[in-house]
Amino acid sequence: MSISRRIADEQPDHFAFSAENKKLIKAIMAKYPKERKASAVLPLLDLAQRQHDNWLPMKAIEAVAEACDMPEIRVLEVASFYTMFNLKPVGKYFIQACGTTPCWLRGSNEVMRCIKDKLGISSGQTSACGKFSLLEVECLGACVNAPMVQINDDYYEDLDYMSMSVLIDRLDADDVPAAGSLRGRQGSQPEPAPTSLTNVVDFKDASTAKKTKSSPKTTKGKGDGHA
Amino acid sequence: MLSDKDRIFTNIYGWQGADLTAAKERGDWDNTKALIKLGHDEVVEKVKASGLRGRGGAGFPTGLKWSFMPKEVKDRPHYLVVNADESEPGTCKDRDIIRHEPHKLIEGCLIAGFAMRANAGYIYIRGEFVNEARALQNAIDEAYEAGLLGKNAAKSGWDFDLYLHRGAGAYICGEETALIESLEGKKGQPRLKPPFPAGSGLYGCPTTVNNVETIAVVPTILRRGASWFSGLGREGNSGSKLFCISGHVNNPCNVEEEMGIPLKELIEKHAGGIRGGWDNLLAVIPGGSSTPLLPKSICDTVLMDFDSLKAEGTGLGTAGVIVMDKSTDIIKAIARISYFYKHESCGQCTPCREGTGWMYRMMDRLVKGDADIEEIDTLHDVTKQVEGHTICALGDAAAWPIQGLIRHFRPEIEKRITAWRAAAVAE
Repeated sequence: MSISRRIADEQPDHFAFSAENKKLIKAIMAKYPKERKASAVLPLLDLAQRQHDNWLPMKAIEAVAEACDMPEIRVLEVASFYTMFNLKPVGKYFIQACGTTPCWLRGSNEVMRCIKDKLGISSGQTSACGKFSLLEVECLGACVNAPMVQINDDYYEDLDYMSMSVLIDRLDADDVPAAGSLRGRQGSQPEPAPTSLTNVVDFKDASTAKKTKSSPKTTKGKGDGHA
Repeated sequence: MLSDKDRIFTNIYGWQGADLTAAKERGDWDNTKALIKLGHDEVVEKVKASGLRGRGGAGFPTGLKWSFMPKEVKDRPHYLVVNADESEPGTCKDRDIIRHEPHKLIEGCLIAGFAMRANAGYIYIRGEFVNEARALQNAIDEAYEAGLLGKNAAKSGWDFDLYLHRGAGAYICGEETALIESLEGKKGQPRLKPPFPAGSGLYGCPTTVNNVETIAVVPTILRRGASWFSGLGREGNSGSKLFCISGHVNNPCNVEEEMGIPLKELIEKHAGGIRGGWDNLLAVIPGGSSTPLLPKSICDTVLMDFDSLKAEGTGLGTAGVIVMDKSTDIIKAIARISYFYKHESCGQCTPCREGTGWMYRMMDRLVKGDADIEEIDTLHDVTKQVEGHTICALGDAAAWPIQGLIRHFRPEIEKRITAWRAAAVAE
């Protein structure tokens, strides 16, 4: 797609990094050698997008170019190469639905159908209410928890038509569920019960391992929320 | 089947915390200093002796790759770069290491960095893994606070800084030189090789790029001994490996298993078998979307390791096992993969930029059957013209799945074409 069609027609006149983000920029720049400021272009574009309702106006491209000491066209080149940068406004809930083969095999079409039924949108569109946008994306790397969608920062996994429907209803009420499997599965372990690691014993010190061993059936990991 | 005492990733499902205290209880960071005291070359030798081959897809011997780095640091610093841009369809193993076992990766970075005389490392994580990046950054911060990173890291006498860098959505950045370009703030387009990264990589400095899983297993290998690791699996295919089993199985999952496990055993023991039973199996893509599929007849007996799968004309790749039962429209499944590669081609080389689009359009017609029988040969010919004629392996990756389909399911394609033509005549 030609780049001009991907850039929003209506652009704000102004963009400036917030004071808080200016501090973050310093911390980001410190990761790279002094003369390699361009290395910070991806993190700074991400920062700008987060500050600006999840899309990048041209003024933000200019601000990033200045911070990274890069020609503006180089920054635009980067911003249009990587799929995570939105050059047009998107809804409050930006649904990126995976349709690649592993998700397709597990019913990603049903997830898409649900989104179409509930919100009336196809890939690349924003709902009439302006709250939801949909983009069909390529593999997001959660294939054993397929089908899945990413909504803003969070992965929602092990979906079907019904759970996607409930998810949309909850988001519509701004009641954002915890990320992870919507079937209550812990991480990527097999259901209904794990087939390995049930006798985890530290090879050096069995007593330590016993102390830290926890039951897979009752303990929930910190990172994996449940709806 | 691998016994629990031989598993490296004991918290792969996140039953325990990912934090430093929990990681230490699992054995991470246990006297790391002593491993560093082995010396640069001895660490490399031990990794060589373990037989560890890269876990990112290509299966190149890790110790050998490290030995390509210059033996002395001259005017340019050395860099370790970790490829956490996990994007090969069917693959989701590094994600679990990052969110549930980040300290195995961080400790591995220190040791690998030391082995290749690097004082700095970058972990390039795919942009979509936002929560995973947060978990990893927390773990890096913890490691700094505990003195395990930074000056005199883990009191080893070696200075090592580790930085997390987030990508922004581009499969091609999983290719090591595209990743380096991206890390330098450019579009992720692969570089011509030579020069290889070990000679001139990040910022023109000697660099080695390794996969997350490759780096994360190194501390355990050194602790338990090269012979322990090489004693698992088969000759030339040693150790354990994280497998991702997706698609038409009863219980899709990730699991650590021994290299060389029969595919059938892997699926039946861990993934609850094929939906509808083993006889309902149609085909398996054994190592991520780029590896050619295998029909059931081969799946019955094939072993899951680099050399066994290579002998069947496919590969272990990332060990992302995509299972398809008899309800699958196999042509459509592969056409969807063709679409993926068309979408992800960086556009730099003409055979790939034009070829991936052409191959997808052709595959799309074959899904309907809207083609001449001879066009199957034309398609095969085009895949051969793309394969091997591009800077990086994305062109190959786009060509192989189609070649696999034609090799094993040509009658199915012909049947589809005949049916479509019959229907067209009837109208």
